[in-house]
Amino acid sequence: MNKIKCECGHVNPHGTVLCEACGKVLVEEEKKKKLLDMRYEGTARRSQTYNRSLVDKIWNFFSSVKVGVWLIVVTLIASALGTIFPQEMNLSISVSAEEYYQDRYGIFGQIYYLLGFHDLYRSWWYILLVASIGVSLVICSLDRAVPLYKALKKQRVTRHNSFLERQRFFTRAAMENANQDIELVTARLKKKHYKILEENGNVMAEKGRFSRWGPYVNHIGLILFLFGIMLRFVPGFYVNEQMWLKEGETKVIPGTDKQYYLANHAFVLELYDEEDGEVYKNAIEEKGGIVKNYQSSVTLYKAVGESLPGEKPELQEVKNYDIRVNQPLKMDHYAVYQSSYRLNEISAMTFALTNKETGEQFGNITIDLANPKGNYDLGNGYSVQVLSYFPDFEILDGEPHTKTPNPNNPAFAFKMITPDKPEGETSFAAIQQTIEPLGENTYKMAFQSVETVNYSGLTVRKDLTLGIISVGGIIFLLGVAQGSFWQHRRIWINQSKGQVAIAAHTNKNWFTLMKEIQAVLAGTNLPIPFDQQLDKEEAKQQGVNTVG
Amino acid sequence: MNKKNRQIRRTVILVLLAVAIIYTLYANFTKDDRKVAAVGDKAPDFVLTDLDGKEYKLSDYKGKGVFLNFWGTYCKPCKKEMPYVDNQYKKYKEQGVEVLAVNVGETDLAIETFANQYGLSFPIVVDEDAEVQEAYGIYPLPATFLINPDGKIVKYITGEMNEQMVQQYMEMIKP
Repeated sequence: MNKIKCECGHVNPHGTVLCEACGKVLVEEEKKKKLLDMRYEGTARRSQTYNRSLVDKIWNFFSSVKVGVWLIVVTLIASALGTIFPQEMNLSISVSAEEYYQDRYGIFGQIYYLLGFHDLYRSWWYILLVASIGVSLVICSLDRAVPLYKALKKQRVTRHNSFLERQRFFTRAAMENANQDIELVTARLKKKHYKILEENGNVMAEKGRFSRWGPYVNHIGLILFLFGIMLRFVPGFYVNEQMWLKEGETKVIPGTDKQYYLANHAFVLELYDEEDGEVYKNAIEEKGGIVKNYQSSVTLYKAVGESLPGEKPELQEVKNYDIRVNQPLKMDHYAVYQSSYRLNEISAMTFALTNKETGEQFGNITIDLANPKGNYDLGNGYSVQVLSYFPDFEILDGEPHTKTPNPNNPAFAFKMITPDKPEGETSFAAIQQTIEPLGENTYKMAFQSVETVNYSGLTVRKDLTLGIISVGGIIFLLGVAQGSFWQHRRIWINQSKGQVAIAAHTNKNWFTLMKEIQAVLAGTNLPIPFDQQLDKEEAKQQGVNTVG
Repeated sequence: MNKKNRQIRRTVILVLLAVAIIYTLYANFTKDDRKVAAVGDKAPDFVLTDLDGKEYKLSDYKGKGVFLNFWGTYCKPCKKEMPYVDNQYKKYKEQGVEVLAVNVGETDLAIETFANQYGLSFPIVVDEDAEVQEAYGIYPLPATFLINPDGKIVKYITGEMNEQMVQQYMEMIKP
């Protein structure tokens, strides 16, 4: 590779703009500029110099900040588009997603679905976009941080004139016996925590180089953050499931691979009342009920050994616990939160076998809607058969039918057997309606009462990526602080042929640098540098184009 | 810097990044698939009981074709296809094709009424906690898996079948 040997003797990598050691401008084009681009110290950014193989081409593509910015913009636009219609995961729909979006939103819904916007965070192209941002971060950082580090490490005290005069802050003046003044200034700079390097009467003062690594530390944080998010896709790292648990029911906890089971003893919803003190009185009067506590009293079980789907494993009691809001049940990195509830769902219905004319009753039957029996014997020759049960009754094509398996609108076909009607009478009983399909009956099933049950809605969470994500976040912020609260300042004082040149550079906050320079130079004969950029702007105002 | 070194370094970094991305995509897609037993896969084993408490284990059917049907009494197409399945089951039973009808967890009474109404002769098991439905990724009903004598899933059918289809499918998994 063509190395470039500078006149100061330093050998630079191919593509270097400013000599790493003395800062001499090595590229003709750069010489035409009045001010240097100091962002990466004029280093040979690898991506800009090699463009041979496929690997280099991919590398170069991702090393471009422009590409990185576009990736972020496109991701932002995609994320914004993803909010136009609801995400599938936030819907509880009973039809397929494809149908749902098409029916509800027409042609746009269809396109939305086809392009994967309905489940944006898991659509392949969205993941690729975010991943590309990650790749861009890694490559951009490597491509800049490594050469920058090398250049800052190799920099020399004595700088080439072409470097000094193209700094934003610069001045040059003829001066005899400058050494005494320079010594004074050096001492002052030391007090201001500058690191001083001297060489043949030339001085370089530097502080806050640390600040230059801020963006790269920041990127490391971001990459860790993305890595943490990637881990969420790895089985076992992240669980976020919902479960409904009826009072009295024992069910497997979703996401635990049949390792944990939960029994719900009671769901309790407590309201504030007068006993809680005067302070609540007004609020209670105004709003009605104010909830004091949502609570599911549960027992946690652990399964003994593995079990197949459908198989009921042997359960071992682990503990009893009252799950309250913000007081989840915790076990083995899992946390079960109280997140929702349903009150007073019908669980059982009671009917009385009644003689329609006399009103005489021959006993009650209580039907457990989750497990109705087929036959209820009332003794003395009276019995009731449940011929069919429709938990969510509707008439479909002239026939009784159940819409769902949930007892939202229970209906029964009864056969009532009595001593005087040993063949039985058939009656169809739904809520607030009775049909006697086979003619007028002597008896009826008179509705008596319902029993109700509560459901607890629980959220099951497990997130092993939180640690990595928070470390990533902290490093990110450290990087921001590093780059924001420190500035990399350098001041060069060079003497040659009876002239003193003073130049200065900072990566930000030029104003304070100027103040600092003015303060250290005060009372000496050394010339005070001026801001060449101001000149440029003034020149611009006059319509003269000085900078290419 | 040596050109070869640079090439190697860049390649290594790019390969590492590519592996991470490919894994993420893979994990993301298999997260979906994991729930759905796919054609060509080994059919997930399960144990379910019928209304009389008799246990049925899928792996006990090795060497036989299994016509695994998921159904519910509230599912209209299920009502239509059940008699066809029963007809064909009677013919193919002797040829080594078994039908397992997995109810999606309704009440015994509803299942019994339904089975009696249509005179179903094949075993009906109840997936009370929906674990088997989850393992097979059932959605929507009706859903049928054809499992060959080696225990592999040959075909996954959603939607209503007519009698001719049922017959063809049973032919497919005949040992």
